Amino acid sequence: MTTFMLADTTAGKISAQLTQLRHQMGAPAIGMVLTLVVVCEERDQYDSLRAATEAAREHPSRILVVINRETDEANRLDAELRIGESAPGETVVLRLYGELTEHADSVVSPLLLPDTPVVAWWPSRAPDVPSADSIGVLAQRRLTDAKNADDGVASLVTRAKGYAPGDTDLSWARLTPWRSLLAAAFDQPVGRVHGGVVEASAGNPSAPLLASWLSERLGAEMDVADSGGPGLTAVRLATDEGELSVVRTDARLATLSRPGQPDRNVALARRHLSELLAEELRRLDTDEIYGAAVKRLARLR
Amino acid sequence: MSDPAGPPEEAVAVAAAVAGTSTTLEVAAANPLRDPRDKRLPRVAGPCVMVLFGVTGDLAKRKLLPAIYDLGNRGLLPPGFSLVGFARRDWQDQDFAKLTHDAVKTHARTPFREEVWKQIREGIHFVPGEFSDDGAFDALAMALKEIDELRGTGGNYAFYLSVPPKFFPVVVEQLKRTGLAEAPDGSWRRVVIEKPFGHDLRSAHELNEITTSAFPESSIFRIDHYLGKETVQNIMALRFANNLYEPIWNRSFVDHVQITMAEDIGIGGRAGYYDGIGAARDVIQNHLLQLLALVAMEDPTSFEASSLRREKEKVLKAVRLPADLAANTARGQYAAGWQGGEKVVGYLEEEGISKRSTTETYAAVKLEIANRRWAGVPFYLRTGKRLGRRVTEVAVVFQKAPHLPFSADDTEILGHNALVVRVQPDEGITVRFGSKVPGTAMEVRDVSMDFAYGESFLESSPEAYERLLLDVMIGDPPLFPHQREVELSWKILDPIEEFWATQGQPEPYPSGSWGPPAADAMMARDGRVWRRL
Repeated sequence: MTTFMLADTTAGKISAQLTQLRHQMGAPAIGMVLTLVVVCEERDQYDSLRAATEAAREHPSRILVVINRETDEANRLDAELRIGESAPGETVVLRLYGELTEHADSVVSPLLLPDTPVVAWWPSRAPDVPSADSIGVLAQRRLTDAKNADDGVASLVTRAKGYAPGDTDLSWARLTPWRSLLAAAFDQPVGRVHGGVVEASAGNPSAPLLASWLSERLGAEMDVADSGGPGLTAVRLATDEGELSVVRTDARLATLSRPGQPDRNVALARRHLSELLAEELRRLDTDEIYGAAVKRLARLR
Repeated sequence: MSDPAGPPEEAVAVAAAVAGTSTTLEVAAANPLRDPRDKRLPRVAGPCVMVLFGVTGDLAKRKLLPAIYDLGNRGLLPPGFSLVGFARRDWQDQDFAKLTHDAVKTHARTPFREEVWKQIREGIHFVPGEFSDDGAFDALAMALKEIDELRGTGGNYAFYLSVPPKFFPVVVEQLKRTGLAEAPDGSWRRVVIEKPFGHDLRSAHELNEITTSAFPESSIFRIDHYLGKETVQNIMALRFANNLYEPIWNRSFVDHVQITMAEDIGIGGRAGYYDGIGAARDVIQNHLLQLLALVAMEDPTSFEASSLRREKEKVLKAVRLPADLAANTARGQYAAGWQGGEKVVGYLEEEGISKRSTTETYAAVKLEIANRRWAGVPFYLRTGKRLGRRVTEVAVVFQKAPHLPFSADDTEILGHNALVVRVQPDEGITVRFGSKVPGTAMEVRDVSMDFAYGESFLESSPEAYERLLLDVMIGDPPLFPHQREVELSWKILDPIEEFWATQGQPEPYPSGSWGPPAADAMMARDGRVWRRL
């Protein structure tokens, strides 16, 4: 890993330095497929960057980390450039001071890779309308994470009101294994579903999202109930023949039960942040299913 | 659930509805939770049992069992999935589980997770016995019935024959005798076979007779693991998703095509299989001709099995052998030498090989395709063991520019433009083109532009066997060659083999080199050279 610090700098100098570093390492223009802009605070920086770097192993990218520092200091841009030998792509950590914190887009925009997708990610605090944010406007895909908000469900609801195609939330990506298992269970006809319940630790934003997806698809009322966690613990659906359920109590192995069939264990582990991020980066087109689910959630609340 | 004679009616009825629908599309249409726009949800197979014959083999340990685990780890195995091992070992379930566990720990691509293992472990069963033992197969049939009951697998079985072809007849006969080959209404039975699919047209035909006597063609899945590789599938993406290449993908622009599969290893422990078979039957008949078909075929109307196979068949039918086989084929046999810093023995000194063996370990052939797109464009196929290094690639070499407005000196070392699909080990695509050398003079030289699959997408790039096993369980056949393709390939190769059989000893080449001089001479006669790999 080659690291290079630039203090009190500009986007132009950063860009020149990146080119020079790449030349020095003899690394040709490697096939980077996207730019990932991570907007976070200093305390989230390490974990977010680690996840992003890991995801970059699957999706070679230029990662721009934007950290807004004290607004009452003099205007200043500090940059930390990292080009790794172990991971493809390159990382630039940008620290903004003073009035510049209001104009992060002026730094980010010249550093975007030309003619490739841009993804913006807010690991913790995120704007209410990501698509109207000055960084969000530059991106085709905007990722938020309701789990890290003070009130996850409320922040999903707020953002649903300003939903624009291209928005998704990692609390939705956390549901993919659950949704996949449920969909597999429905590959064998189950008959009509009359209603059901999603059980999760209190305040888990994924739970109401799953409930609203299920009720959207199944046309049945779905409740959300609190359980001891961790995370999601169960989905129970009332069908004509009896209860179809997926129950997971240890965050790793779930049991699928359906009427008239033996119970079966299925691995259903909680996934690491980097896996969620990699999943998001795999498809950069609009996630309409998420759009429908989150809008329904907002309507019901 | 106390009646051992059959699975509970309900389980059968439920599975029936799924099994009848063999493609994901049909299932998706009936499933309220699936939506074609919901691309996060992966294709997951329906409930089923995979019965593995030949569990102690190398392939099972290195590829199949790890691939099953990796599928589980990616959440692609159905709940209740069960794995039954069958072998001539005095084993219990736990012994097979241990073998699987060890194979997974050593060879799986994805990290080991206890909960995934637990899910798979619950479905592991073992049936001991000989292939000729009726009792063992009766026991297998009983065990499968029991599994249907306990795990809700609904009578859906895939039989994976990871055994030498000489055992096919007896295994297939046993499956027929016990009724396992025949799917009751609403369930499916599939059989998976590995190459070699015969050693010539006649034997391929016989082998097929045996298999089709028990299974319909639609239930037979012939594995050519090359077709499961991401880069090979990417040939179709490259050709048919882009507008950049197709206009020049023809005789007006292409000078010739080179398809290479080079191995650095010798025959290893495969003497018994390899001797008498040789490089051409082992590799050209299946892998290289499949690659040729994908590179040369017209665009299929869709990626459904029938359309894709139709195009591949068309192009294989259009393949023409050169009139003079002596001048346009080459074969060789590795002699002792140094390979990558190691002293290695020659083919004739390998254990279990006759001193007078005429089996070739290197084969090169020139083929032409008689259609409007390719007339006059030679396709050179070569494969060999103990060559310089391990590499498989398809190189489309373009003609030189019709006119060069440079002085002859400036372009002296400018070669042909080439587009290379690197299949393994370093999966990716290379484009070779001329570029000006920096400086004052107008000197033009070849440079390469690389797209590396291997480095960038390695982490998520599934093993060929993962994809193929999943396709078998889902019942999705496009990546499996049809019997007609197998037979067409033998029709291409048989005359060459017959000619070679009259030619005595193959020409020796030192281990670690790039094949016999005859192969270079064959290219030189056409005014071309093999790519240096």
